[in-house]
Amino acid sequence: MKKMTVLLALAAGLQGINASADSLRINNATIMTMGSMGTLEAADILIEDGEITAIGSDLSEDADRVIDANGAIITPAMFAGATTTGLVEVNAVRESVDSSVSETPLNKLHVEFDVRRAYSPLSSLHAITRTEGFGYTLLAATGGQYSIAGVGSLVDFDGGFDSFSGDDTIFIDVDGYASRKVGGSRAAHWMLLEGAMADLDGRASEQEYLTQAGRDVLKRLKSDGVFVFAANRAADIKQVIGFADEHDINAVIVGAREAWMLADELADSDIAVMVNGLDNLPADFDSLGSRLDNAALLSNAGVTVMFTSDETHNARKIRQGAGTAVAYGMDYDLALQAMTTTPAEVFGSRSRALAVGNSADLVVWSGDPLEVTSYATAVVIEGELTSMESRQSKLLERYLPENAGMGRAYINR
Amino acid sequence: MKHLHQVGFFAGTVIAASFAASVSTADTPFPSTYKAPSHAPTLITNATVLTGTGERLETASLYFVDGKIVSVGESPKELTSDTRIIDAQGSWVTPGIIDVHSHLGVYPSPGVDAHSDGNEATAPVTAEVWAEHSVWPQDPGFGRALAGGITAMQILPGSANLFGGRGVTLKNVASVTYQGMKFPDAPYGLKMACGENPKRVYGRKGSGPSTRMGNIAGYRAAWIKATDYRDEHAKYMALSDEEKKEAQKPKRDLRLETLAGVLDGDIIIHMHCYRADEMMTILDLAREFDYKVGTFHHGVEAYKISNELAENGVCGALWADWWGFKMEAYDGIQENIALVDRPEDSCSVVHSDSDEGIQRLNQEAAKAMSRGNKVGMDIAPERAIKWITSNAAKSLGIDDQTGSLRTGLMADVVIWSGNPFSVYAKANQVFIDGVERYNRDDPTLQPVSDFELGQLLEVSQ
Repeated sequence: MKKMTVLLALAAGLQGINASADSLRINNATIMTMGSMGTLEAADILIEDGEITAIGSDLSEDADRVIDANGAIITPAMFAGATTTGLVEVNAVRESVDSSVSETPLNKLHVEFDVRRAYSPLSSLHAITRTEGFGYTLLAATGGQYSIAGVGSLVDFDGGFDSFSGDDTIFIDVDGYASRKVGGSRAAHWMLLEGAMADLDGRASEQEYLTQAGRDVLKRLKSDGVFVFAANRAADIKQVIGFADEHDINAVIVGAREAWMLADELADSDIAVMVNGLDNLPADFDSLGSRLDNAALLSNAGVTVMFTSDETHNARKIRQGAGTAVAYGMDYDLALQAMTTTPAEVFGSRSRALAVGNSADLVVWSGDPLEVTSYATAVVIEGELTSMESRQSKLLERYLPENAGMGRAYINR
Repeated sequence: MKHLHQVGFFAGTVIAASFAASVSTADTPFPSTYKAPSHAPTLITNATVLTGTGERLETASLYFVDGKIVSVGESPKELTSDTRIIDAQGSWVTPGIIDVHSHLGVYPSPGVDAHSDGNEATAPVTAEVWAEHSVWPQDPGFGRALAGGITAMQILPGSANLFGGRGVTLKNVASVTYQGMKFPDAPYGLKMACGENPKRVYGRKGSGPSTRMGNIAGYRAAWIKATDYRDEHAKYMALSDEEKKEAQKPKRDLRLETLAGVLDGDIIIHMHCYRADEMMTILDLAREFDYKVGTFHHGVEAYKISNELAENGVCGALWADWWGFKMEAYDGIQENIALVDRPEDSCSVVHSDSDEGIQRLNQEAAKAMSRGNKVGMDIAPERAIKWITSNAAKSLGIDDQTGSLRTGLMADVVIWSGNPFSVYAKANQVFIDGVERYNRDDPTLQPVSDFELGQLLEVSQ
């Protein structure tokens, strides 16, 4: 039990939400910068006022706080995938879920439905996810009355109420499952989406597909936003490629189980994909070609690959998918980029690489960051060493002691 | 086998035994047709062997003949000329992986409505249905699970009902029929469910139960009927042949027959239950009607009552990290499996309940092991492997046949590319009853379901 005491003492030492220090130096780490400096062995990193101010060997600058990493790996803070973190507390508790709107008074494509209006940074999921090494997520709208689920964007796990980052991002379902929402055929998704585009141009005289607010949002998205299409079937992905080209929009495909069949076209069109590295079953007739080396085939063809886990509460599972993609042939560095820096680039946020001048968002790992037995031992967000406490760590502390004394309810440190 | 005198007014083991033969397992309907083909005597050498009994052997051998393990550790002195020798240098060898909670076949891929056969959600008590009658043997998930080292699994009905029906234990062998997969002589399981699911399903229907207290009343009413049924049948079976001619033979009732099988100790209870307080209520319920709860499934709060589970000899079949999808899953922690494992005589099991999770139960166990070690529990791979092998076999009542590498047990064996407690490890070869059923390097030893045959032919793969 000696080890436990040490660990708890360490946790206690790191306590307090965002333990504040003007400067922090982490020594003797294997720093995987995911940037131009590559990977540095036995290196130090200095953080001042939230920014990385030096990376190198034997940094001599003083710091308010110095941590010896003992050779541990440091990476940029990870990307948690497309989630609804901050839009849900318990899935089956309807009033705690705000990620989708299924019935609206107007029968329109509600481009202007923006889930960021429902976002709270104070859910229990935030600490539970952040303490596992995650610094940001793609806040996603889900469901929706028709093809369009709504708008979101990247959000940082820094505790802010409006820590949104990067480009406005719209979420659109064009797969077979969603066809029931548009009258039975997936072709109707494209009918509606083309209608919306025509409406935007003032060409849809008989049917107004959008509200005026929606037109304003869609106009902005078209020039500066990202369109995330949920599609798995190769034929649907092909439609996305054509639509993105025709309307000159910045498209990303999520799901993308059969994307490997169109790897070269996706690379040529500069369309990024977001896949679940664990997908390999013909879950439906859209996914007959699902396979574990999808990520490898795509990235080898030059497609920008990111990961998602289809989970929000258990978003931390995304690392397992990335590790599995590596086990099935994806380049390790590309997988780690996909987990750290790539999503920020694709969705227009600041660089997440560990480089001088960048915001210090990083994680110290117990081992290989893509390995299932590894875990985060420290998480720095915007230069602050964040608390490693969560509702789950508190439950553990309550039930770990074999003797409960007055009862578990009194263990409430 | 539990004796009748503990619960009814008839005494004696003879009656209990004859009753069990005639009622619980009446004429063994839908019998297994599985027969392992012959195979060459096989010697695996130079492996790191996790025995499933808590041991780890380095540079060790495993020798199996005619489907049974002959020796573990040292190589035999003499080998017959037809022996297949596999040099497993650098590889790890474990017992075949067992998943105690799967819906493969009853909720198969593709997940179309026509395949949705896992919940007979028409009444809260449907102990009369058997999951095996819903199993679609062409589910591609079976082959995917095999590639993850799964050699046996229990297919369960879903959790919509208080009593969901019988589960069935299958060997993970490709077959046109489920009978061809059915684990010979494995006991049946009975799926029961606590909490939110039954009360939600029947609360919405307006028929009830719509509350947790309604759930408990529903179980008790069913067990009262089952006790009467069991006693009535036992009383009849105790009559002499002469007396039987005079007496009215009690009617057979499939629902009560399964419940009576539980009361007799022939059918194992697999109870879907999340919350600690509910699990303790269920243990009291089992005491009231004198049956045993075999395993709590999901048990997201099992860590709160780990000592009580061990004291009652109940297994906890758990996830490594699922939580939060419903209120009763809100208190999930990643140390659950390790904490349930901590007491003496515990029975911690890692289950999947997922067509994805079943493909990598080794990784699920790895996550749970790591989280235990993080808080100082010092769990070695040779212990953690029990969660997906011998403890799982115990949960299913087949630990005297498989689940560990011991002389005389079934040669259900996985050769891993390396330490299986890693995201990078792959099951390279899988043996079931000594027969090589999967080989990662040999496409002729990779089963393909009828469903996947001939799909996407136009695509160059």
